[in-house]
Amino acid sequence: MILAKTGNEAIAYAMKQINPDVVAAYPITPSTEIVQIFSSYVADGEVDTEFVPVESEHSAMSACIAAAASGARAMTATSAQGLALMHEMLFIASGLRLPIVLCVVNRALSAPLNIHCDHTDSLASRDSGWIQIFCEDAQEAYDTTICAIKIAEKSFLPVMVTIDGFIISHCMQRIEVLSDEEVKSFIGEYKPNYNLLDVENPITLGPACLPDSFFEHKRAQAEGMNQALRYIEEVFKEYKERFNRELFILEEYHTKDAEVGILCMGSTSGTAKIAVDNLRGKGYQVGLFKLRVFRPIAVSYLQRSLKNLKILGILERMEGLSAFGGPLFNEVRSVLYDEPERPIIISYVYGLGGREITPEEIEEVFLELLSLKNKKRENIEKFRYINVR
Amino acid sequence: MSNTGNANEESKKECLIISWKDLTCGALVRDLKRIKENKTGTWRSLKPIWNKEKCVNCYRCWMFCPDGAVIIENDRVVGINYDYCKGCGICAKECPKKVQAIIMEREEK
Amino acid sequence: MKSIQDLIKEKELFSSGHRACAGCGEVLAVRQVLLASKKPIVCAMPTGCLEIVSTIFPHTAWQVPMFHSAFENAAATISGMEAAYQALRRKGKIDKKIYFIAFAGDGGTHDIGFQALSGAIERRHSFLYVCTDNQAYMNTGVQRSSATPQFAHTTTSPKGEKLPGKLQPRKDIMEIIIAHEVPYAAQTTVAFFHDLAKKVEKAQSYEGPTFINILVPCPLGWGHLPSLTIEISRLAVETNFWPLYEYENGTYRLTYKPSQPKPIVDWLKLQGRFAHLFEEKNKHLLEEFQKYVDEKYQKLLKKCELSGK
Repeated sequence: MILAKTGNEAIAYAMKQINPDVVAAYPITPSTEIVQIFSSYVADGEVDTEFVPVESEHSAMSACIAAAASGARAMTATSAQGLALMHEMLFIASGLRLPIVLCVVNRALSAPLNIHCDHTDSLASRDSGWIQIFCEDAQEAYDTTICAIKIAEKSFLPVMVTIDGFIISHCMQRIEVLSDEEVKSFIGEYKPNYNLLDVENPITLGPACLPDSFFEHKRAQAEGMNQALRYIEEVFKEYKERFNRELFILEEYHTKDAEVGILCMGSTSGTAKIAVDNLRGKGYQVGLFKLRVFRPIAVSYLQRSLKNLKILGILERMEGLSAFGGPLFNEVRSVLYDEPERPIIISYVYGLGGREITPEEIEEVFLELLSLKNKKRENIEKFRYINVR
Repeated sequence: MSNTGNANEESKKECLIISWKDLTCGALVRDLKRIKENKTGTWRSLKPIWNKEKCVNCYRCWMFCPDGAVIIENDRVVGINYDYCKGCGICAKECPKKVQAIIMEREEK
Repeated sequence: MKSIQDLIKEKELFSSGHRACAGCGEVLAVRQVLLASKKPIVCAMPTGCLEIVSTIFPHTAWQVPMFHSAFENAAATISGMEAAYQALRRKGKIDKKIYFIAFAGDGGTHDIGFQALSGAIERRHSFLYVCTDNQAYMNTGVQRSSATPQFAHTTTSPKGEKLPGKLQPRKDIMEIIIAHEVPYAAQTTVAFFHDLAKKVEKAQSYEGPTFINILVPCPLGWGHLPSLTIEISRLAVETNFWPLYEYENGTYRLTYKPSQPKPIVDWLKLQGRFAHLFEEKNKHLLEEFQKYVDEKYQKLLKKCELSGK
């Protein structure tokens, strides 16, 4: 079926078809609509979900954690300050290996206050033990939300599915949706690792682990993340086989013969594709890498795809405030460190607080990269900005 | 250094985690009986001595024991569980004045 | 209502082997509540003394399902568990009645956990919230909380040359909970086991959120002998500092009335945290304390009268 949906509507629609047992959520711009639309599904009896309109995002994640630990499939949505308020609980969700799915509508973190898109919120949660999958558009958000349930429940890791605030969340697009039955049969039943409501077999969940056991728990959790990419591959593969829709871990666009590349995440990939088309039309061999899976780091994909480039520009929608670039730049750069031949890598911070980015600006970046590709890497300024006054 | 070595051995034994590979689903405890390994009676400096002859089975010692260390069998108090009694002395204090079936004594060692 | 003969036959659901201090009032309250509670129970607790003494991996004192997640979210946690229960029951995956109990100290209730508690009550989840109030943050080493009584010495409201301990009176959590129009809220303490047991049963006879505020002496934090935990708990009631009462369907009722109330100094003098009040220069504070207790008690009596009980 083909529908016209905004990103938020697409995610809410996927949630309706998933029909989770518990949704606990707190409204925050620009993710509010997801919760709002979902609560109307509840009001109309279109889902069986217990909807918990909590009093804060901290409680939203706390309640999702408790619900998931009680044998329920739990989901929520948030943005920016809401995700920051959940921060403590993100680590607890992953440390307890609870397969919660959280839809993050990316928005800048205060201060100064801003409600528009950048990726600081989810990138700032990068070490919380959650799988993070960035989406380019409403279609990808819909498909990924459904897949996220299965990825989470296979890996026993929580999953964040992200879309760009307003740019995707509020923009109407054409999407193809599956039938309710297809979604239901694809995700199957939630089979928890443990269940607090199993009163015949009581457990204590969340004990204090002293130096004699804490380390082993963390090592085991790390192994969960080490294995996660495999589950993502499996689920994407099955999704393609069943529904003929392809989801990528690292999507490539005209990269086969490219010496010059740009890597980015989220909706900017769509803009960058236009820039690539324009430059290809003029005979430039440039290509785009759209990174979808930020956690776990898709090491093998990045190495295989990027090592033969001469120069790579990383478009980062976050100011890392590290005096050495943001996380996307640093991690991709680190992944390539062991390659004998590796591209020059330049960080381009862009689009903070919803500052628009145009195909022309990305073309300029490509042209700049072309002009730099034969220079000595130590002579090149690595940290650049797009369209900051 | 040898002390450290022993402590490590001890903690391994106590924890029974042979490897992180045994821990697949987060921090939880399924074996609810193992806590009985914690013999908190070793903390005691005062020891309650219960006198069967004087006891009137009012259960006050039982209802006020923070450690559940007063043993009741067939509805009668039958003694103190010294494995877990920490010697707080609540039982002796709360035993009715005219009964005084429990007195506190200094621990021997 | 379970008699003592019934209660002694109940299985101990809070096992020996826990690492609470000798004479701990908090674990005693937990043990008493679990003995009195209807079954089956599923529990939650925040970070704190109770969690640390009862669930050090690989041990647990809890013989019923227990979930500890963080400090400020016991009520949000019990909400999530109860929501899962409602959803799974609706889907036919659970068929039996389950009782939910959250145990939290005064820090997890009055202060850091307050917002989550207010939210959970307002949303009308079905659970019993037990506050084991030992009147300070004991787990981190006796810091003041909003439940700490005026003039008490704590490590962050220390008695000094200039200040006589905590300056502010404690927060009246009962009135705040009652303002949420809960079906049942009650106050009790560990020295009155029958009273406590009865209140647990009553609370659990209601659907929706219910609350029991239990005063639990802390030998370490209050500076008293471990053997005096019950004595001090009892004196808190006999001096009218901690009246035993309940709020049920809109009416207040005293569940125990001391025939001859004792002066507050009888309670204060047993506790190291109030020792400085007995210094010459602070004598007037004892009078102030007595006045506070009397006024507070009179207000409560008025509420009971207005309720017609």
